[in-house]
Amino acid sequence: MSIWHEYIQATGQLPEWPYPVDYNKVNEVVTDVLVIGGGVAGLQAAINAVKKGVKVAVAERGHAKRSGSGGAGVDHWHGAVTNPCSKVTPEDYTLGCYDSMQGWTGGNVRYIITKESWDTLLECEKMGIQIRDVRDEFKGANFRDEKTRLMFAYDYQSKHILRIWGYDIKVKVYEEARRVGVDIYNRMMVTGLLNEGGKQGGRIIGATAVDTRTGEFYVFRSKATVIATGGAGRLSLFAPELTASAAMADMNSAGVGQAIGWNAGAEFVCMEASEQGRLTGLGYAPYSMGNASNTYHGTPIVDADGKELPWVDPFGRELKTVEDRFIPQEGQRFQLGIGIGISRTNQEYRLNDIPPDIPERIRKGEFKLPLYADLSLLSEHERRIIFGMMVGNEGKTRIPIYDTMTKAGFDPDKDLFQTPVMPLEGYFNSCYWAGGPNTPPNVRMVGGGGFLVDWNLRTNLEGLYIGAGSTLFGGGCHGESHTTGRYAGRHAAEYARTAPEPLVDRQQIEAERNRAYTAVKQDKGGNGWKEINAAIARIMRDYCGRHKNEMTLNLGLRLLDELKTTELASAYASNPHELGRLLECQALISVGELAIKSSLERKASNSVLDFHRLDYPEMDPPEWNKLLPIRQENNKVAIRELPLDFHLKAPYAASYEENYQRYA
Amino acid sequence: MSDKLYIIPNPPTPNKAVEFDPDICIGCNLCVDVCPTDVMMPNPEKGKQPIVVYPEECWYCAGCIEECPRPGAITMLHPTQQRISVNWKRKDSGEYFRLGMKNPPPPNTRPPSG
Repeated sequence: MSIWHEYIQATGQLPEWPYPVDYNKVNEVVTDVLVIGGGVAGLQAAINAVKKGVKVAVAERGHAKRSGSGGAGVDHWHGAVTNPCSKVTPEDYTLGCYDSMQGWTGGNVRYIITKESWDTLLECEKMGIQIRDVRDEFKGANFRDEKTRLMFAYDYQSKHILRIWGYDIKVKVYEEARRVGVDIYNRMMVTGLLNEGGKQGGRIIGATAVDTRTGEFYVFRSKATVIATGGAGRLSLFAPELTASAAMADMNSAGVGQAIGWNAGAEFVCMEASEQGRLTGLGYAPYSMGNASNTYHGTPIVDADGKELPWVDPFGRELKTVEDRFIPQEGQRFQLGIGIGISRTNQEYRLNDIPPDIPERIRKGEFKLPLYADLSLLSEHERRIIFGMMVGNEGKTRIPIYDTMTKAGFDPDKDLFQTPVMPLEGYFNSCYWAGGPNTPPNVRMVGGGGFLVDWNLRTNLEGLYIGAGSTLFGGGCHGESHTTGRYAGRHAAEYARTAPEPLVDRQQIEAERNRAYTAVKQDKGGNGWKEINAAIARIMRDYCGRHKNEMTLNLGLRLLDELKTTELASAYASNPHELGRLLECQALISVGELAIKSSLERKASNSVLDFHRLDYPEMDPPEWNKLLPIRQENNKVAIRELPLDFHLKAPYAASYEENYQRYA
Repeated sequence: MSDKLYIIPNPPTPNKAVEFDPDICIGCNLCVDVCPTDVMMPNPEKGKQPIVVYPEECWYCAGCIEECPRPGAITMLHPTQQRISVNWKRKDSGEYFRLGMKNPPPPNTRPPSG
């Protein structure tokens, strides 16, 4: 007996809610630094703030021991350019990302990441995370440095991406946070930020939250606040029955950080950017299918008759050996990995790969479906590092893939691992499990934009800092989240040490409390949260899809607003869990509004942002080559213009390193 | 199990997400404590395995299993639509296998690295 249905049938009784519930209780927490989001970024922020001698509280949506996108593990660490073996400098790496994105990524954030990524990883090593081949399992491999025992991924020559044994990284970071005295509050659904004087745009002095087990209300008062939350994974697609198992972020990803920031007056850029929703969960369980990308980079792919697919360099030249797949080719200085928060990579930095013309070659009969990953063609070191080391340590792979598949008999020495059988365009990209044609074109995800921050990783709002992956303009993935969290925590603590005591506005708190509990006081016939979430996703797919115009965007805004006064206004939550999910729907609507309002302000199409305005069809007109920071002032949109290289213009210094030295 | 029939909603999709072995589980609820999305709730009867209430909210991170002090008490079950997709072919014999098949090949006992 495992599921609720079995329990009901076995006992004939409804189980009562197991936690004591009190919707009227208010708890007050006073701290120096409040961190919202207890994932890897948030815990790093908390640990590094505590090290500065201040009191820190973390408000976490799940349980901080294993939560967050990074909570399930990690197998490689990007941008560790200052490690002793690296042949890449922070300037090289930052420019590689910045130039590839033609300036549409936060250069300041990228530089901070590359300057501190390796130091952050060394601290993780002190917490007990294995970052070297200490057991000499891969002695003699061409991706291993014999002296330091560091192991490289993707580009074995430039050595700036490290393979690590991170399946338990979250547990170790959590234990460190506990050890240094961080106060962690789990099951906190944060409903809003508190502004000084209760005024939008005012200094941030804390937040309010609802405990999704007990229903109790929390008021956090803090001198400084770090937002370290994930993206809005449920914004444009909501079908968890089908998608949760294949999504790259869990159900808690409701864009709460962006929503509360937007409502408090924080500034964002590029929230109009979106991309085809490859990782939204309509594909296969991550890493569960034969493929040749990312964690499986370099894996040979063969067709149904055993004929091997070629590998080419980014200029289309066929590679002769397996070893060639892992080194930069003529015309390249170094290669950037996959999953670093940029949507395009210039040829000079792009990885070697299976050529993009494979769909056409299958159509013409050159290769026969199904395709298979044939790990047996690799050397023992290369096979074991992919299936055994990387699959086994990457997020959602140790038990979900490695243990599950080996128990079922899969043996990479002997077996051909089938890739998905799908429409041919799916073979364009060698990350075959990620969705491809399984994800309809109207499913997109907001991506590439986020909070606009300065060289302190501070927002426009006094007291509000950001350390995160996708939530931050210029942010990346797992390692980048640790690194920005660590930096933001440090800077928030420095500010908090001399900041005045927070004086909260009781009216703002009361208003927030009333709003938060509306759904438990409703008629029990009201809609449930899943119905609402699905409706929000429908609005976003239809009205903030690939093709936009002034009219359809405004209609989308109108429908989101309408929903707030109709089905959502009368929605009912029968317990604190449902209440939390409904409050997340409120957050999703805020993020949806932010994306649509940002889209309305950019009256030009943009190829890097994958932004298509039917009423402004000219692509990339030079006069629109600028950021449009957007915020709310008195609940009205306020917009300004900012050059793409704002981070190297006054009041900042003209070089990356000078700024880093000045602010770090 | 009672023979009585009840008016009951359809079984959820996915059905289970995780499955408990009542002979191994001691009902310590450590899995319930750490699950990021509260997929499970404690059983009203102390010492009994938790009840899976929200399987569609499971992310399949397997944190519950890593946390479990009783190996084998919890099994993660990817949705059938995912299990049916995971296929492999033995290179020398040409045999086809899939995750969840009736007569699976013997397990590969090599542990992961690290």
